[in-house]
Amino acid sequence: MSGDVPANRPPLSLHVPEPRFRPGDAVDYAHVEVPPAGSARRPEPGDAAASFHELAFGLVRVLDEENRAVGPWAPRLSPDVLRQMLRNMALVRAFDERMFRAQRQGKTSFYMKSTGEEAVSVAAAMAMQRDDMCFPSYRQQGILITRDYSLVEMMNQIYSNRGDKLQGKQLPIMYSAKDYGFFSISGNLATQYPQAVGWAMASAAKGDSRIAATWCGEGSTAEGDFHSALTFATVYRAPVIFNVVNNQWAISSFSGFAGAEATTFAARAVGYGIAGLRIDGNDALAVYAATEWAAERARTNAGPTLIEHFTYRAEGHSTSDDPTAYRSADEATGWPLGDPIRRLRDHLIAIGEWDLERHAAQDLELAEQVKRAQKEAEANGILGHGLHQPLDTLFDGVFEEMPWHLREQQAQMLAEEEASGRPWARK
Amino acid sequence: MTDEMIETAAPAGGETSRMNMIQAINSALDVMMGRDDDVLVMGEDVGYFGGVFRATAGLQQKYGKTRVFDTPITEIGIIGVAIGMGAYGLRPVPEIQFADYIYPALDQLVSEAARLRYRSAGEFTAPITVRSPYGGGIFGGQTHSQSPEGIFTHVSGIKTVIPSTPYDAKGLLIAAIEDNDPVLFLEPKRIYNGPFDGNWDRPAKNWSAHPGGAVPAGYYRIELGKAATVREGGDLTILAYGTMVHVVQAVVEEAGVDAEILDLRTLVPLDIEAIEVSVKKTGRCMIVHEATRTGGFGAELSALVTERCFHHLEAPVERVTGFDTPYPHSLEWAYFPGPVRIGQALKKIMKD
Ligand SMILES: Cc1ncc(C[n+]2csc(CCOP(=O)(O)OP(=O)(O)O)c2C)c(N)n1
Repeated sequence: MSGDVPANRPPLSLHVPEPRFRPGDAVDYAHVEVPPAGSARRPEPGDAAASFHELAFGLVRVLDEENRAVGPWAPRLSPDVLRQMLRNMALVRAFDERMFRAQRQGKTSFYMKSTGEEAVSVAAAMAMQRDDMCFPSYRQQGILITRDYSLVEMMNQIYSNRGDKLQGKQLPIMYSAKDYGFFSISGNLATQYPQAVGWAMASAAKGDSRIAATWCGEGSTAEGDFHSALTFATVYRAPVIFNVVNNQWAISSFSGFAGAEATTFAARAVGYGIAGLRIDGNDALAVYAATEWAAERARTNAGPTLIEHFTYRAEGHSTSDDPTAYRSADEATGWPLGDPIRRLRDHLIAIGEWDLERHAAQDLELAEQVKRAQKEAEANGILGHGLHQPLDTLFDGVFEEMPWHLREQQAQMLAEEEASGRPWARK
Repeated sequence: MTDEMIETAAPAGGETSRMNMIQAINSALDVMMGRDDDVLVMGEDVGYFGGVFRATAGLQQKYGKTRVFDTPITEIGIIGVAIGMGAYGLRPVPEIQFADYIYPALDQLVSEAARLRYRSAGEFTAPITVRSPYGGGIFGGQTHSQSPEGIFTHVSGIKTVIPSTPYDAKGLLIAAIEDNDPVLFLEPKRIYNGPFDGNWDRPAKNWSAHPGGAVPAGYYRIELGKAATVREGGDLTILAYGTMVHVVQAVVEEAGVDAEILDLRTLVPLDIEAIEVSVKKTGRCMIVHEATRTGGFGAELSALVTERCFHHLEAPVERVTGFDTPYPHSLEWAYFPGPVRIGQALKKIMKD
């Protein structure tokens, strides 16, 4: 149906976003503005958000084309810290490679890589205090690895095996690690955003010194939870850091479906009166510097910061996804901001603190470390048909104490086990 | 919509071919978009890519971006926008990528879509059909496995439809799209590619040998509110829908019980007449669903049967359901109401 269009009013038309490149298209990134490294100004962390709006539209970069760290945002980190950062990122990548392959070999049901986005989680975790609280999405395994969480524990969870401390209750990679300041990951997008604000408000209300940080993809910024979180955070000046990982794609939907044709994601901060920084997410030093700045802002009661990490999802969304069906393969290879690991490596080489031989040796060493961990984890079992968990753990944790109806159902389940004649383990 | 178009004894919809449930749903959308310019498809990843389960594949290429489009990731936005488009006069078919992600949309569904006709005394309606894959059996963990139908059957003003074969999926989806009230169309994703008998350790089947896998190419409808008798019998009546129809059939065959199996197909409005006639004939009633037990749709069915058939019942109504826990990952098959649970209930109700 449609209304009649009077002669003096033009017919409307509906705009539906369309990405620049589809499979088979040659990719030209001329439209991506990449300002020179070091050109963005660095306000004081306590400055009024309205005094540096341009930072929500620009791109804070530290590493330049000669691999030097330049400008006011360059963090003065020792070579040891830089090498640790590089190592953490390389370990994340090695871990991702191995676990992706394990899924392909049928050892588990699902996996998600963070390839190309390692800096976003690793450098941020390094710029925060170890006891600051993180509310991640499913793509920040780098936080756990940076905080020295056990690779074997991660793999146990991925395999839902006997060693999985989440008792096989969650989809692979939906970790939870309270002692590591890592909140239980939800499969429902953006729910962690207001939760992070709540944690931060509680910390402030109690006169604590710890802050919170949260992460979501650019696609998830469309969810209502994202906007509720920003409203609460600005109202109560919550000590929280919002990270929007703009990796350009949300499964098959490009960032235009989250509003990127009209403005930046950092600019969401402007409307809420929150500090907004748009940064080169493939520049580990820019991620470190922005996080350090935002952490100081939060710690001094100057309020929240929203950081847009401009990056690229170099691989599929998950093991269930085939990105060649909707985007040009050239996009990843031509990404104008390069690869975060390579860029930090080249910086360390440029300052005379690293070389390609050591890098290659480290890659081998990390691959071995991951392989060893995998062997250890697989000794606890792989998902297979999923019968590793003691059967009655199914009912643990619905409530603190089990009400009658769950006790009845648990008894029923155990009777079914007897009847089935299957050798399922009991607790 | 004219009366002659309603399903008749003569084969409607033209020549049939073998389809799986995804293809049948795709075909229903295609047929309806071809017949009615006001039908449009929207949702996360449904456009160029054609949906994460491929149910909308090829539709954007055929009907263009203003009729088949990707949306921002906001379920409440998707449903609210669909209602607004419906208010203009269009007939949107929004997809919620997984039923587990429908909760952010609850307010628009429950407070808005369901009540718009009532509160405006018919001035505005929400003729939307919300498609969403639901149910477990695919190792999807707690956020790709849930069966939330009971939440919606509790809401006045929304129809809830659940097919169990490709043939039904197409005919019911067409009827849902033509319906002037909001319809929640839940697709049992475990049987997208083939019927499932509940035995996860046996090889998967596809739809090629199942009668419900023969699907006409063209237009036909299956009226909402009509159950299907998938097996006639005299010993007891089993009420099921979605995946569980197939699990129940397999259990009944293996147990050698002469059960009458009703595939409800529409939960609201329910085919109460078919249920009453069958239960009064058999004197026993068992209800099977995958969703959690407490306050589930099985509770409503049990109450109805008890209220209406009490004097015909020879045994208490038996409910077989998922357990009242979140959907687990590794213990999926301990959770799932499979052959053992159904078989035990069957023994119990036949003994009583
Ligand atoms: C509430 C909700 N809606 C939909 C989904 C399905 N889904 C899972 S990931 C995803 C894309 C998310 O993209 P983005 O936020 O950009 O993060 P990225 O995957 O790129 O890291 C979608 C739509 C979900 N998990 N939760």
